[in-house]
Amino acid sequence: MILAALLAILIGSGILAWLVGRLNKELPRYIALVSLMIDLILTAAIFFNNQGTTDEWIIDFSAGWIPHFGIGFHLAIDGLSLLLLLLTFVIGIVSVLVSWKEINENTGFFHLNILWIIAGITGVFLSLDLFLFYFFWELMIVPMFFLINIWGHENRIYASYKFFIYTQAGGLLLFIAILVLYFIHGRQTGIYTFDFPALLGTSINPSTAFLLMLGFLAAFLIKLPAVPLHNWLPDAHTEAPTAGSVILAGLLLKTGVYGLIRFVMPLFPEASVNFAPYGMGLGVIGILYGAKLAFAQTDLKRLVAYTSVSHMGFVLLGAYAFNEIAYQGVVIQMIAHAISTGALFILVGQLQERIHTRDISRMGGFWQQAPAMAAMGLIFSMASLGLPGLGNFVAEFLTLLGTYQSSILVTCFASLGLIGATLYSLRIMQKVFYGKAKSLPAIADLNLREKVISGIMVIAIVYLGLFPGGILATAKPSLKKALKESTLLFSPERNQLKFSDPLEMFKSNSIP
Amino acid sequence: MQQEDFLYLTPLIIIAGMPVLIMVIMTFTKNFPVIFGISILGLYAAILSVLMPLPELPHAVSSFIRIDAFSIRLNAVILIGGLFITLLSYDFLHYQEGEKTEYLIVIFVALLGTMLLTASVHFISFFLGLETLSIALFILIAYRKSKDQAIEASVKYFVLASVSSAFLLFGMGLIYVGTGELSFPGIASALAEDKTNDVLLLAGFGMMMVGLGFKLALVPFHMWTPDVYQGAPAPVSAFIATVSKGSVIAVLYRFFYELRLFEIENLVVIISVISVLSMFTGNLLAIRQNNVKRILAYSSISNLGYLMIPLLTGDQTGLQALMFYVVSYIFTTLGAFGVVAVLSGREREAEMIADYRGLFWKQPVLAIVFTVMLLSLAGIPLTAGFMAKFYVVFAGIGSNLWLLVISLAINSVIGLYYYLRIVVAMFLPKDVPSLKVLSFTASLVLILLTAGILWMGVFPQQLLEIFAGISSF
Repeated sequence: MILAALLAILIGSGILAWLVGRLNKELPRYIALVSLMIDLILTAAIFFNNQGTTDEWIIDFSAGWIPHFGIGFHLAIDGLSLLLLLLTFVIGIVSVLVSWKEINENTGFFHLNILWIIAGITGVFLSLDLFLFYFFWELMIVPMFFLINIWGHENRIYASYKFFIYTQAGGLLLFIAILVLYFIHGRQTGIYTFDFPALLGTSINPSTAFLLMLGFLAAFLIKLPAVPLHNWLPDAHTEAPTAGSVILAGLLLKTGVYGLIRFVMPLFPEASVNFAPYGMGLGVIGILYGAKLAFAQTDLKRLVAYTSVSHMGFVLLGAYAFNEIAYQGVVIQMIAHAISTGALFILVGQLQERIHTRDISRMGGFWQQAPAMAAMGLIFSMASLGLPGLGNFVAEFLTLLGTYQSSILVTCFASLGLIGATLYSLRIMQKVFYGKAKSLPAIADLNLREKVISGIMVIAIVYLGLFPGGILATAKPSLKKALKESTLLFSPERNQLKFSDPLEMFKSNSIP
Repeated sequence: MQQEDFLYLTPLIIIAGMPVLIMVIMTFTKNFPVIFGISILGLYAAILSVLMPLPELPHAVSSFIRIDAFSIRLNAVILIGGLFITLLSYDFLHYQEGEKTEYLIVIFVALLGTMLLTASVHFISFFLGLETLSIALFILIAYRKSKDQAIEASVKYFVLASVSSAFLLFGMGLIYVGTGELSFPGIASALAEDKTNDVLLLAGFGMMMVGLGFKLALVPFHMWTPDVYQGAPAPVSAFIATVSKGSVIAVLYRFFYELRLFEIENLVVIISVISVLSMFTGNLLAIRQNNVKRILAYSSISNLGYLMIPLLTGDQTGLQALMFYVVSYIFTTLGAFGVVAVLSGREREAEMIADYRGLFWKQPVLAIVFTVMLLSLAGIPLTAGFMAKFYVVFAGIGSNLWLLVISLAINSVIGLYYYLRIVVAMFLPKDVPSLKVLSFTASLVLILLTAGILWMGVFPQQLLEIFAGISSF
């Protein structure tokens, strides 16, 4: 029930914010903030009350929705979705805060969109019914479209079309694959249902399974994004308002990873293992190509957008390594990337607010004028390049460690991505904060609201870098579940390096 | 004809009686609001009578008409659609110089034709219904007779409808030659006994498909659609797109299912090709349009293409998918044309995309209504259009119609583009001149339609249960 309440609060306050927004411009901000806080507190309560639980699902809520088709309103939460929900609400709060001064037109409708995107994402992380999952999957696209389309920058209309059409195309293939799975299961068992746990055991002949998996992948790899399908991302991220970019990078991309781990791996273990070389290949291409393109950008926001492509390449790589260490890396990367890239987008937003451009060649020397901002820039650039002690390092290290057990060659190439990350991160620092001051009127440093936002992000990324153990422990059962089938199929004799338990490694702080 | 037949025919009798009643009243008074009110009451009575519980279903009234679950449910939808169209017409008639009340008479005649079509099980009633509908439509399309476009559209529709009727009649004739029967059950049993001449029958069915293809605007018989939609007043375009097409598709389904034509392979191939062509042509041609009415015309072409999928499944699921899709399509399209009608003024209709620029900032409710309608046409969740498309894909995959399902998916993406163009225009920065105040009736209709579409999209279970009652004919 509490899970349904999480959604109801967001959807309801969204409508309320819109209605109130016509009377008062400021009120919607508070409504959005309060509703997200309530959701965060509720989720945190679930988190603290259920530590160390061994149940498969911490909370499992099921109600009828459209029994005619065997569609249920089935929500459930486990370690992985719990972590992602916490992330969702934190990022949600941050995105409301960064828009506090940036968005002054139609605040009511703006916050309706923000809250409904968050509701869609929350639904995606909670649904265990495939139809419901698809419903939420689509639901988050429309408000995001409006967010980019109405409050975006110069080229927003083109970017919003591209975003909508790309994601919708992937979504439809996912939808058809879900339906086929439904019919295969129905014909085998006589029970027609979209319920994921029920569909799990379906035996599908290998070639059909591979096609179905491609249908699922179409949607997830577009969202992720994997390289040949990444084209929508730079435009959408660049043109969206800051809040939109933060949500896109922090949350929307994560729904693709989540779908991969939650649904694709358990439903099609064999097909996924067969796809693994391609998956890892796409991951490496994403890492290197994203880094290369990031380095070449002159638009600071576009640069940050391409770093997303590069970072998400690690996630794809880890997801197809089929071992627990890599999966731990994937989980940390999801959170770390949301925070570090989100923070960089916020930084770009703050700069743009002050100098009205995102062109790197017109920036420089901000270190003297805005030391606090420059410090934040330094911290998150370092996070982005994978400095030990910050979250991204743990993530990338674990991912590479896990991948090494699966394929040494791929790991070697992927490691080059760290050099790429160093290049583009240092370039941000060099061009924006060092050198001679270019903009004549000095820019203002961060104000209190901006410091609070950045402060939250800094604490999160440092905590993640120093104490990832708690998060890993929470996610562990979910990852085991996701890997249950596929690890057996994935040639174990190649696992030359053996680690007893990745958690041990962090507890003793020494690699055996 | 027995006494109890009248009970079953009450809705038809009310609708048939209304033109006479209006004509009688017109001899006393020509006060438009009064006659308009009486028409609305008449439609309301007809809706109530169609929902009235009947002792026994299905019930055959002679060998021409059969009242069953299918026809009752469709007639309810058609009458509700007719009621909404009449309400939306009020503004347009208000601006109209000269004759106003005749419009209502013709609307009733057209509705009579559609209701006859949904219940017909015989070539005679089929053809009569279709012609009653078509002749009424010629008049309605040309109702703004001061406009050249309207006359052009009407003549175009007249010529093509006559040609298509000729094809239809020829096809019926060939089938009669082959089987010696005119009623659907008769032809079905003749087909089952296989005492038939295949080539003759196939030619007959082919001819009929050409005729019906024209009426439904399926590719390659679609050429008239955009011009007619553009030339006709928005409420009439809505009538053609929704009620008229809904009833023709109903009789096509009845014919197809009763005769089990989906078992004839050649016919299935022909219809698959027509379906795929309609989807692609409709959507691709809509992309470059700047006229909202033409966009809706092309959109209806592709929607009819989607509707061929449940026709070919030939099972219960297909029939229910059809019902759901038709209901969703009728209400959505009505809503879309309703917005066009509401925004139209005395001089010209709000038919260009540019007319909608910044609408959201001036008339947020109207813009949201239109957005919901367009998203429903595009098949985005929360709307009826999504559930409808889901049901059609569901039926298609259940019957392994892969080609059609995949092209539906591709076309949904193409279609999205031009629906979004209108949506985007509405959310652009404000620079529209301030708009007139909306009339009460029109706002009521639009709000009801929006609520209905959202309800169908989020809680479709009740409607699905209603349609689950349609087991067979």
